[in-house]
Amino acid sequence: MNSALLIIGLFFLAALVLGISARAGKDMDLEEWTVGGRSLGSIFVFLLLAGEIYTTFTFLGGSSWAYSKGAPAMFILAYGCFSYVISYWLLPPIWRYGKKHGLVSQSDFFSTKYNSPALGVLVAVVGLVAMMPYLVLQFKGLKLIVETASYGAISGTAAVWIGAVVVTLYVVASGLRGSAWTAALKDVMILGVVLFLGIYLPIHYYGGFDPMFHHVEAVKPGFLALPKDGKNPVWFVSTVCLTMLGFYMWPHFFASVFSGRDARVFRRNAVVLPIYQLMLLFVFFIGFAAIGQIPHLANDDLALLQISIQTFPPWVLGLIGAAGLLAALVPGSMLTMTMATVVARNFYQTFNPSADDRQIASLAKWLVPVVSLIAVYFTLAGGRGIVALLLLAYSFVTQLFPSLLLSVLPRNFGTKYGAAAGIIVGVATVVYTNVTHTTLTQLLPFLPASLSTVNTGIVALVANIVALVVVSVLTRPLLKESDTQTT
Amino acid sequence: MRPLYLLALLPFISILGGAFFANRVDPYVLGLPFFMFWIAMWIVLTSIIMGIIYALDPNNR
Repeated sequence: MNSALLIIGLFFLAALVLGISARAGKDMDLEEWTVGGRSLGSIFVFLLLAGEIYTTFTFLGGSSWAYSKGAPAMFILAYGCFSYVISYWLLPPIWRYGKKHGLVSQSDFFSTKYNSPALGVLVAVVGLVAMMPYLVLQFKGLKLIVETASYGAISGTAAVWIGAVVVTLYVVASGLRGSAWTAALKDVMILGVVLFLGIYLPIHYYGGFDPMFHHVEAVKPGFLALPKDGKNPVWFVSTVCLTMLGFYMWPHFFASVFSGRDARVFRRNAVVLPIYQLMLLFVFFIGFAAIGQIPHLANDDLALLQISIQTFPPWVLGLIGAAGLLAALVPGSMLTMTMATVVARNFYQTFNPSADDRQIASLAKWLVPVVSLIAVYFTLAGGRGIVALLLLAYSFVTQLFPSLLLSVLPRNFGTKYGAAAGIIVGVATVVYTNVTHTTLTQLLPFLPASLSTVNTGIVALVANIVALVVVSVLTRPLLKESDTQTT
Repeated sequence: MRPLYLLALLPFISILGGAFFANRVDPYVLGLPFFMFWIAMWIVLTSIIMGIIYALDPNNR
């Protein structure tokens, strides 16, 4: 037990030292703090973009889905792959525009593109509402991983507080560079742990992958293919399509994009990232291996940790716990920094235009501990509804996609009113369908039964696009040339 | 829009289509159930396709 505690403690310390060291020789003005001075090369941008593959959600959730749902877990691999393909064409124009106009946040992008600070505020609100559940989920994962992997020597509450303090210190000190440096340590650890567990467990318990899958098929027939009902092929296709559109709409991704040195950085990453995320397959193997060994878990999220406790000595658990805590700290730091930046830049500066970049940078750094404290409060006080809230949040940020896509096209017929109408209608539809648990066949009873499992998020996206087009067509003649988007 | 970019549609067609025509357990390939193998194979091929696009795209020269 003490060895696990020692290893986890050492990695907390390593993350802190590495994160703070990242500021060496840099003057942390607003651009340096938020987007690394737009000077990061392929490797650091790769680490920031790939960092989104291995959050606590995938570390625990990926194995949990394989353990409890089987083949439908493959949707995680599919949407990630498609998102990286799209990034080849989507990210370079966003980066170019951000560099040209000195942008540091997603809200900056929308407010400048559509020449509308009010639209920037709307996007900031959607982003903040979506990011807080995501940050809380990282802390909840941290709590679960550290408490379990240290055999209770570090309580969940203590783990959350230590995590929040570490994130706050290195985000305030180093901003985005702190996240990038810590991401390097994280990816080495996660890759090592996931590959080791994903290969060792099937061989140790079953003698290989083939016997493991035959065992799973014997105890759960049909588990390794998509079912005919529920999470069937129609669900798979609609969910993959919806999720890939929302993938790059998270506000903290924009900071990673703006940090790139040139456009080719993103095209290179679009080549490497699909095969890199194939490592998630090994996360699934861990979940499948757990089916025959710990068949009746009360909490599916514990599949990876429970089979590890059953199999390995404490020092190995310490390494697994260390990888898990890094999987929480890196995305946690990006989310914290982005939320602080959005409040300072897109709320405070919008309503106080005289504030200069030095004041905004200072305010953003002061807001980091405030954001961390709010996240700690929701982590320790919130219920299990946070995963449901996160799925809702994912649907929220997806509503930004239509107006963003129009804005990067050579000729954008969308107007600021159309963009705002689309986002508001889309978000309202997401809330309505989720609160009332409305299915697609209830909304559109004339549809064939075969489409009953289409993800209802598609409805919100269609409503969004209709509102965007109709309002843009109606308002375009009313706008002066200076009111339309900037190039 | 370059014809070269149309190559990027292949993974979309194959993986999304695979949910219907490759959605089965047998035969096992490389120890994996067929549906899992199909998706894993196309993810590897996606990286290769994107590599070809990157290499031939004049924007990167």
